[in-house]
Amino acid sequence: MARMGLVLRSLIAALCLWLAAAATPPAAAQQPTSVNPTAQSVKEQELLKELQKIQGRSSLPDARTRVLEQPAGREWRQFHQVTLRWIGAIVILGMLAVLLLFYLIRGMVRIEAGRSGRTLVRFNAFERFVHWMTATCFIVLALSGLNVTFGKELLTPLIGPEAFAGWAQWAKYAHNYLSFPFSIGVVLMFLMWIAWNFPSGTDVRWIKEGGGIVGKGHPPARRFNAGQKMIYWVVVLGGGAAAITGYLLMFPFYATDVSGMQTAQMVHGIVGMLFIAIMLAHIYIGTIGMQGAFEAMGKGEVDVNWARQHHSLWLDNEIRKGRASGGSVAPAE
Amino acid sequence: MARMKFLCDADRCIECNACVTACKNEHDVPWGINRRRVVTINDGKPGERSVSMACMHCTDAPCAAVCPVNCFYTTADGVVLHSKDLCIGCGYCFYACPFGAPQYPKVGNFGSRGKMDKCTYCAGGPETDLSAAEYGSRENGQFTGYGSNRLAEGKLPLCAEMCSTKSLLAGDGEIIAQIYKERVVRRGYTSGAWGWQTAYRETIAS
Repeated sequence: MARMGLVLRSLIAALCLWLAAAATPPAAAQQPTSVNPTAQSVKEQELLKELQKIQGRSSLPDARTRVLEQPAGREWRQFHQVTLRWIGAIVILGMLAVLLLFYLIRGMVRIEAGRSGRTLVRFNAFERFVHWMTATCFIVLALSGLNVTFGKELLTPLIGPEAFAGWAQWAKYAHNYLSFPFSIGVVLMFLMWIAWNFPSGTDVRWIKEGGGIVGKGHPPARRFNAGQKMIYWVVVLGGGAAAITGYLLMFPFYATDVSGMQTAQMVHGIVGMLFIAIMLAHIYIGTIGMQGAFEAMGKGEVDVNWARQHHSLWLDNEIRKGRASGGSVAPAE
Repeated sequence: MARMKFLCDADRCIECNACVTACKNEHDVPWGINRRRVVTINDGKPGERSVSMACMHCTDAPCAAVCPVNCFYTTADGVVLHSKDLCIGCGYCFYACPFGAPQYPKVGNFGSRGKMDKCTYCAGGPETDLSAAEYGSRENGQFTGYGSNRLAEGKLPLCAEMCSTKSLLAGDGEIIAQIYKERVVRRGYTSGAWGWQTAYRETIAS
């Protein structure tokens, strides 16, 4: 009896041990020692992978404070510090080199028949006013704009950080305020010259013959030849793009957020550099590049022989309307 | 020298905004400018997280790189500061900053920006430490100075010092990273050091 009891007892004990051994691990798993509240929480790196910026809610009344993080500034920094400088240096110095080389090879394009001594009106006073208002604004805008991109590397070593900051402050004011007359000038140019600046058949021939600058002949042209039409559209479209992107930067958050402003600055910078390079060519051909060209925008009147050489169709039309006396003219003494 | 950093433990931030208020009060920060802010992501949803954010005083700071007048400088403690005398208010640092730290008081018409203002890590500016010129005054609606210089007094930034849950940590980067790591080990979870990858190119125990 006692032996039976012993066997039974050990059986029960073994059963209990077995039960305990079998039951223990699941029981422990059902009672976790800690809760992980971050298991379903937002993760910074996952958010950044999906989105350009991390945004939430802020109890501050300023909507701008809702943006937590937007690392895109890194790419913009690379553009501003490296890419834009290369673009600017290549297009502007490249254009200067091309113009210098061209001047050395071709020299000034002369009035072949010499001056006739008789003139006709090419640009009236209002047209010249608009041109020079826009042009002076452009020069200041170009220099103050280049100052933002290149100034600290080129000028700070020469004049020191305090003097440079003082100059840069005035350059910024000039850049901001002169943008208004510049924009008005671009709009006025667009309106007053649009009628003569649609591409036409004569432009194809003008371009094929190199405009009489590169080639030998003198292709006919109306009031504006294909080259001038290109300058016109560069000013209208480039000036328009520069103005719009510039105002986006001057009035932050009215129309765009920070990433939009980064894009606007990139467009503004590239357009500005190309604009400056193209305007260098425009200034060249209007001054030392061509005899008799500057007076068109200076006095407003050009020599009849200059007009015959460069704008034959326009001169014929002006003669028909009685605004100029035609006929083959011998050079003036 | 220490390399000063901020670390916001998002698992502790309760969005009380005391850091924001303390900062505004300590430095007399003008109306319209918030050197520090608390942003809540996924507000009201499971997994919501609040993060207190200000200038992170980045390593190789993008603001300093793009500044056209080089008005930024990094102190021996790794704090990124700037000179309001040199600043021209162009807005470039604000295009480059990943944390929305630089802000401008609006002065005059045509959106002309005043001198940039941002978190100074309670370390003032280039003027003599603890001088009245460094603290600044209001002129033409602009704040000329930088607020108080607690670092010069041997104190840490007030936002972190008074944080009730000790979510916001300020101090030497290695030390606050160690504190954070110990917390993570003890509690067994982390949601990462927000902004560290962007600002310092490093992460802690995430």
